[in-house]
Amino acid sequence: MKHGKWPLIVTFLVPPVLLYVFFVVSPYFQAFQISTTDWLGYSADANPVGLANFKTLWHDDYVWNALKNNAILLGLVPVLTIVLGLFFATMLAMGGRKGSAGVTGVRGGALYRTVYFFPQVLSVVIIALLWKEVYHPNKGLLTTALHGLGLPAPTWLGDPATAFWCVLAVMVWSNVGFYVVLFGAAMSAVPKEIYEAVLLDGASRFTTLRRVTLPLLWDTVQVAWVYLAIFALDGFILVQLMTNGGPNFSTDVIGVRMYDTAFGSETKFGYASAIGVVMFFLTLSVAVLSLRIGRRERIEYS
Amino acid sequence: MTTLDQPTATAPNPVTSGDRPVRRELGVANALSHGFLLLWGLLTVLPLLWMFISSFKTNGEILADPWGLPGALHLDNWARAWTGAHIGRYFLNSLVVVTGSVSLTMLMGATAAYVFARYEFRGRQVVYYLFVGGLMFPVFLALVPLFFVVRNAGLFNTWLGLILVYAAYSLPFTVFFLTAFFRTLPTSVAEAALVDGCGHFRLFFRVMLPMARPGMISVAIFNFLSHWNQFLLPQVLLQGDASKWMLAQGLFALSVSQGYAGDYARLFAGLSIAVLPVLAVYVAFQRQVQAGLTAGQLK
Repeated sequence: MKHGKWPLIVTFLVPPVLLYVFFVVSPYFQAFQISTTDWLGYSADANPVGLANFKTLWHDDYVWNALKNNAILLGLVPVLTIVLGLFFATMLAMGGRKGSAGVTGVRGGALYRTVYFFPQVLSVVIIALLWKEVYHPNKGLLTTALHGLGLPAPTWLGDPATAFWCVLAVMVWSNVGFYVVLFGAAMSAVPKEIYEAVLLDGASRFTTLRRVTLPLLWDTVQVAWVYLAIFALDGFILVQLMTNGGPNFSTDVIGVRMYDTAFGSETKFGYASAIGVVMFFLTLSVAVLSLRIGRRERIEYS
Repeated sequence: MTTLDQPTATAPNPVTSGDRPVRRELGVANALSHGFLLLWGLLTVLPLLWMFISSFKTNGEILADPWGLPGALHLDNWARAWTGAHIGRYFLNSLVVVTGSVSLTMLMGATAAYVFARYEFRGRQVVYYLFVGGLMFPVFLALVPLFFVVRNAGLFNTWLGLILVYAAYSLPFTVFFLTAFFRTLPTSVAEAALVDGCGHFRLFFRVMLPMARPGMISVAIFNFLSHWNQFLLPQVLLQGDASKWMLAQGLFALSVSQGYAGDYARLFAGLSIAVLPVLAVYVAFQRQVQAGLTAGQLK
């Protein structure tokens, strides 16, 4: 494939590279540059201020509050999602009857997988708006169900004490199904004889999950972890649409902080970019750390 | 469960004694597992079902009895959402933009990936990693400058701007995935075609692209859903003229106005209009959709 390859390389590569550099690479570089200015918006001048924005950021209680919430999300959303995902995937893969045939999937497993995956194809906007109605303090599904049982109901998103946990629950709800399917696909690659041997040896289901399934699926779990961690550091759309960070900043996350700073009542573009830069380094370190900590030897089935 | 009927005599060794309780435990776990699976299934379906049923109720019925069924099918809710709240228009807007952006992404992604996978030239690695490096960066970081890049290019509040931006931000994953896919295709076919005097361009469009179809479909589905569900970019880049909005923006506006007007039925109808086609397509092509999205995860 030597002769006449250049016309193809040029026509095939130049348009994508131009598009990519113009809309993706150049904004990223500009973001770092803008973060060191005091740029206030559409027409005002941008003066270089060095690292002043980052200094302000360090003393900004709203930013710290948002970061604290992101940290809690980071600590809980990946764990809960992965545990539930592994649990349901295990149930589906080997919850069936154990006859002499060995390990079988549960009845109706395909239907469960189809249904569990629903939230994944829905737009986050729809999920946020729908759950906002589910949490509605008067006519919502949850309140009326609790009232129907004669129990008192909290005001869910209206109460600073509960709002954050309500948002967190939706994050887990919207992600679990995807990981059930993902882990299920990874489990089906594990030879069934391994499970049969373990069950014959009398291992309990929990032990099997912890000592056999988890190590075998480690690569997949690790990727899931990185993704969910990045998701937990973002969480912008769900929060913005369900609570807009309220009540009383109890559900605020760093993404909402940045959006409000840039496109809210005031347009502090320099400061917003500084928040963006911090988010970038946080995301990067979380991704690198989880890959580092989770590194193990690969297992290959012969 | 039937596990208890297992003839223990078939295993005449010391394990047998310890075997029975384990199997009984599995039997109990079996019933439990069905319970948990069903519970999660209900948790997933119930909000969606509630939304759908509520879209046929009157506002009075929704407030008085949220769990009840509609007394009659009030299709006028759907009409109010479709025309009154312009959900129909937003739906078509999204369809036009996403068709454009996915086509552009696939064309640019496939051509670039093909070059990376099949041609040797100086600087190939550098350009490839320039693309793939984009996988690590959150869109957030670029948001502020991107707004000005788009505005200065005269593309602010235009669909073309949105299409170009969607495509640009989808290139890292698309290029990464398709490069790997083109590399798996056999080289012998391409070499034979070239020997037979087939040109490089013809080879790509007539031979290689058709061979890459499974990979193309997976990435196209992945891109379609991520473009269709996009909210942040249109909210920043398509702020003005409400007649050009994407579906997600229209639904958000509907939800906000519902807060004042108290027209819950219209909101539920609007959400249902947005959900049903996506769910229908998903159920029809679920194997491809699941494969496409999980491939996206395992990049």
